[in-house]
Amino acid sequence: MDTNTAALKKNAFRVTKERNVTCIRIRVPGGHLEAKYLPVLQEIAEKYGNGTLHITNRQGFEIPGISFEKMPEVNAALQSIIEGLEINQEEEGAGYPAAGTRNIIGCIGNRVCPYGNYDTTALAKRIEKAVFPNDLHFKIAVTGCHNDCAKVRMHDFGIMGMTLPRFDADRCVSCGACVKKCQKKSTGALTLSNFRPVRDPKKCIGCGECVLACPNHAWSRSEEKYFRLTLLGRSGKKNPRMGENFVKWIDEDSIVKIILNTYDYVKEYIDPDAPGGKEHIGYIVDRTGVEEFLKWALKDVTLPEIAEVTKPLYWKGVEY
Amino acid sequence: MGFHVNAQQFDQWLAGLKEDYDVYAPVCIRGGSIYSDADCIRYGKIDRIEDVVFDKKSEYSFKEAMIPVSETLFYFTEEDCTVPPARKKGAVIFLRSCDLSAVQRLDDMYLGNGPEDFYYERIRSRIRFVLMGCSKSFDSCFCVSMGTNTASRYDLCVNVRTDGFAVDCPNREWAEFFMHCGCEEQPVTPDRVTENRTKVTLPENLSTEVYRASLWDEYNKRCINCGRCNFVCPTCTCFTMQDLFYTENGKVGERRRVWASCMVDGFTDVAGGGSYRKKNGERMRFKVMHKVFDYKERNGYHMCVGCGRCDDICPEYISFSRILNRLEDGMKEVSGS
Repeated sequence: MDTNTAALKKNAFRVTKERNVTCIRIRVPGGHLEAKYLPVLQEIAEKYGNGTLHITNRQGFEIPGISFEKMPEVNAALQSIIEGLEINQEEEGAGYPAAGTRNIIGCIGNRVCPYGNYDTTALAKRIEKAVFPNDLHFKIAVTGCHNDCAKVRMHDFGIMGMTLPRFDADRCVSCGACVKKCQKKSTGALTLSNFRPVRDPKKCIGCGECVLACPNHAWSRSEEKYFRLTLLGRSGKKNPRMGENFVKWIDEDSIVKIILNTYDYVKEYIDPDAPGGKEHIGYIVDRTGVEEFLKWALKDVTLPEIAEVTKPLYWKGVEY
Repeated sequence: MGFHVNAQQFDQWLAGLKEDYDVYAPVCIRGGSIYSDADCIRYGKIDRIEDVVFDKKSEYSFKEAMIPVSETLFYFTEEDCTVPPARKKGAVIFLRSCDLSAVQRLDDMYLGNGPEDFYYERIRSRIRFVLMGCSKSFDSCFCVSMGTNTASRYDLCVNVRTDGFAVDCPNREWAEFFMHCGCEEQPVTPDRVTENRTKVTLPENLSTEVYRASLWDEYNKRCINCGRCNFVCPTCTCFTMQDLFYTENGKVGERRRVWASCMVDGFTDVAGGGSYRKKNGERMRFKVMHKVFDYKERNGYHMCVGCGRCDDICPEYISFSRILNRLEDGMKEVSGS
């Protein structure tokens, strides 16, 4: 059988262990979807696959056991999901136009979780719209707060939700709940002075624990939503490492811009001999130097006044 | 005297109050919840009747519009004390029948319990109340059980109607306004709730014997002593004193009183290092008995008004009304019958 494996992979199918048998990867940006799409998955698995379905690490589904010749039919069957999840598509009925940039994953966020500082699925979808389709190997993840349930520090771009806590002294009952919570669960940014909490902005990570702990709404959330952007975390065989702090108190628009700028940077500097045309961004940065990367990434980006950019940026990670 | 008042006329009336009063009502504070992208219904100043939230219960009671959370009683230097001036304006407060019943409790505590409280009195004497008619009961309300669904000492009562508001206005000065702006006269009585989903039955023989009952133990672990139940309660009036020394000087400062909670650590701390009711179950017992036992012994009626806010706010889903309904079994347990 003659099959162009590069084209197959780009179309979100896989080469598997079994000859002439593939597996389709269905992405769910932000990890949240309407239940009405589940019967579609079931039908594809039972009609074209082997009747099973794998829940992926990146919040998608893989349906294995599909024979190569059924790929066009599977793509046609996927159309309602691709449209329903608002995935940018180049040709109707032709499935996913790219698979290089991975699904943007998110924790459940503030749609459900009390700690979530924003709607993670909505941001994941916004980024998806801006970056997809793209063949470059980018991993992006969003999480509602610094608990980082989505493990965003293992991604090229990690986004953690923050709120800038506001204090209304007239509502403070001096119970000390915020100070205790911040000490025990967060960074110990609060201390009591003259019966009331004092916030150390250097230590504060905008987690919102003080807002949640206050029994009388003395602490409240900022109208603006802020984020911490971490950079260039990765797993893999060569030199795994955690994403490092990049910008604290960044806004959504700047995040999207920095990600898009980084695509331009990668197009310029990616190793032309990279296997499969894929190279972790971090290795490219190791080659060009951080300063060159920052020049590209921060082009035309206007950060909020409150934003703090970590300097110098340095990664070490695990060496084998 | 009753009227039919439309929104425009109501707003005119509110505008006329502005010179002498700040007007407070339950309002929706966008993004005001402790959770992200969620609102909070709380007391705030209003300019227009459409700002008032009628169809939901406020998380915190009218108390926060009346009694400052933190109030400076006086400023002191080495020689002198100065009492801060009173608020410039009086206040008109929108509230429901349960809350209006709570005002009676506040009055009895601040004004009828020994010498009058100077700070409370100077605020209270300039407050007028607008009763918000209750066309329906909320899930956690138990005003009927507590007999607080028929409070009537209001200056104005407002019932929401599809085409405006039905207003009863015993305050003559205010009634003249409505007469002169062409509001149609009609007989109006406050909308009342006559049945709640939540019902509370207190045992006739309730006594301090119930201290020994096992029901309190459950709350040692379930309760996190955050004090929200006290801060939202329209009848909790406990405060603590704070002497604050301005740090640059060290001899000058202020004394303020700040809302306190019998559930929060430190409430029972005394000079010499003593501390009582260390277990959360003991604190719960104290609060419950104060609301439905010892206050009544002194005043002849229950302190709890059945607004249910403590049920609504508890992050651990502890229901105060359920505790009240457990007291009967508690009494049976300790009396051995």
